[in-house]
Amino acid sequence: MAGDPEPALTVPLAHALVEAGADIVELGVPFSDPMADGPVNQRSAERALKHGVGLADVLGMVREFRATDGATPLVLMGYANPIEAMGVARFVTLAGAAGVDGLIVVDAPPEECVELVRLAAANGIDMIFLLAPTSTDARIREVARVASGYLYYVSLKGITGAGNIDIADVAAHLPKLRAASDLPIGVGFGIRDAESARRIGEFADAVVIGSRLIEVIEAAGPQRAVAELKAFLAPVRAALDSLSPQVRT
Amino acid sequence: MKMVDLPDAHGHFGPYGGVFVSETLSQAIDELNAAYQRYRIDPDFIAEFRYELKHYVGRPSPVYHAKRWSKLIGGAQIYLKREDLNHTGAHKINNAVGQALLARRMGKRRVIAETGAGMHGVAAATVAARYDMQCVVYMGSEDIQRQSANVYRMKLLGATVVPVESGSKTLKDALNEAMRDWVTHVDDTFYILGTVAGPHPYPMMVRDFQSVIGEECLTQMPELAGRQPDAVIACVGGGSNAMGIFYPYIALDGVRLIGVEAAGEGIATGRHAASLCAGKPGVLHGNRTYLLQDTNGQILETHSVSAGLDYPGVGPEHAWLKDTGRAEYVSITDDEAIQAFHDLCRYEGIIPALESAHAVAYAVKLARELDADRILLVNLSGRGDKDMHTVARRSGLAL
Repeated sequence: MAGDPEPALTVPLAHALVEAGADIVELGVPFSDPMADGPVNQRSAERALKHGVGLADVLGMVREFRATDGATPLVLMGYANPIEAMGVARFVTLAGAAGVDGLIVVDAPPEECVELVRLAAANGIDMIFLLAPTSTDARIREVARVASGYLYYVSLKGITGAGNIDIADVAAHLPKLRAASDLPIGVGFGIRDAESARRIGEFADAVVIGSRLIEVIEAAGPQRAVAELKAFLAPVRAALDSLSPQVRT
Repeated sequence: MKMVDLPDAHGHFGPYGGVFVSETLSQAIDELNAAYQRYRIDPDFIAEFRYELKHYVGRPSPVYHAKRWSKLIGGAQIYLKREDLNHTGAHKINNAVGQALLARRMGKRRVIAETGAGMHGVAAATVAARYDMQCVVYMGSEDIQRQSANVYRMKLLGATVVPVESGSKTLKDALNEAMRDWVTHVDDTFYILGTVAGPHPYPMMVRDFQSVIGEECLTQMPELAGRQPDAVIACVGGGSNAMGIFYPYIALDGVRLIGVEAAGEGIATGRHAASLCAGKPGVLHGNRTYLLQDTNGQILETHSVSAGLDYPGVGPEHAWLKDTGRAEYVSITDDEAIQAFHDLCRYEGIIPALESAHAVAYAVKLARELDADRILLVNLSGRGDKDMHTVARRSGLAL
């Protein structure tokens, strides 16, 4: 989450993720009303907002990250309203120039963000959409039609950072997504350690770890956050290397 | 498309409304929408809803001509639609009954609700008891402190009240938490949303269930006053009581529709809850509408003496009624509402909810500018029993 625990730590933490083996960095944009998020991400957003971190600041952090890392794909994840407040056209132009590669807008399903999808494509930004265990076939087809980059499969019914995921259930759902789209599939919501990452990695193209990293940062405190984050992620990387897909965070 | 035919199939009122939810909720929304589209025209469903409104809620609620006060004011005649006389003391029960009946037909045995002042929570707990359903109500911990009597009422009715500690710990955060519960228990749970906000079909569905208020007035006003009113006035937080009385009047061109928002300590102080008067469009809680937000698009905390108006958004149909000019939106401060509260108590023997007192206060202002043959119809959306502590405290008394 951009700005948590402190704005000055966001770029070092992003670099630490890459050093520890993340293939893609997903940076949360804080929002006051994160309806799809669990308590961990809510607390994180509240801390970031206390520092006054807004979308323009997040784009500044992306530029700073890009100054020394021009290669690692970077995805912004957040809610629709900060983008609306900045203006969709202005945001997409600035994000493209800053070096943002992809965008996840949690509360903007395909039919509500036609303009954003069009402008993102024009600026070389992928639109990444969520699919869930409850997604209907029609919805999967609709998302497959407009999505780019990768598909983000939400592994459980619930909010981010929820309990244990049903790995067999995830495995059972993915063929439907593969039939509808050639895009790689990342699986997230509820992956907490090297073991669950490895098991999901057996059939997904990427695993997404979010809340768990925020918990690690939260527990470590600002001084030790970078070191603890690397220590947490290294075994996850090793577990996935035994399978050789990707991990992103 | 005519205004009364809105929303469109995707829940849009012009540029407002829609379905801005995460994918994890979209199937639940689709299921709800399909069920509502089916039952809103089902004669058995409509008949049961009407039966419950008559025999359980106590409808129709009367329209009352406040003759004494109108004379004292010396202007237009003020008529009050007495939603305060409903079972549970406010208009909220109309919608709660409708959604509970729908939940039963969908086979959902667990209902959840958000509440601010507690009136919608009490209504949801009431219908859950009536129809034998498990009920969980989310309420901001700040509001729990302010409205302890309603918390106890909900518990008496068998509901579990869950304090919400996130964000500003008020209504908007309770709504976030109810949505999170719904995502997590999507199979067996029905979310009884209390106002004309949220993702489609809620703004339409809540309006439809509440429009019984305005439909009754269409018949009652000619009987009592000899004609339809010159203006219909209602308070607006999320906007359900206002949509309920406005909607049947939208097609009557000669009738002004006036929504009254909470100006709190004054619009200029920034401590208010007037999203239509002082906000700008954005996306929150599943729909596009006017919001109180900062330049970064973060939602602002709101302030009003009435917890029921303490909401940073507003129903999307109100946003469209404002932009098209069909309805006017004004604001009333805490002090003005409190004055109207006391006046209605003393001059008519009616203790209004502080929310409703905002509408009454504006009606008095307008009445003074008009001739005695003009007619103003005010939606008295709830009674003030829940506000005794708040009013006493402002008068320097402790109960």
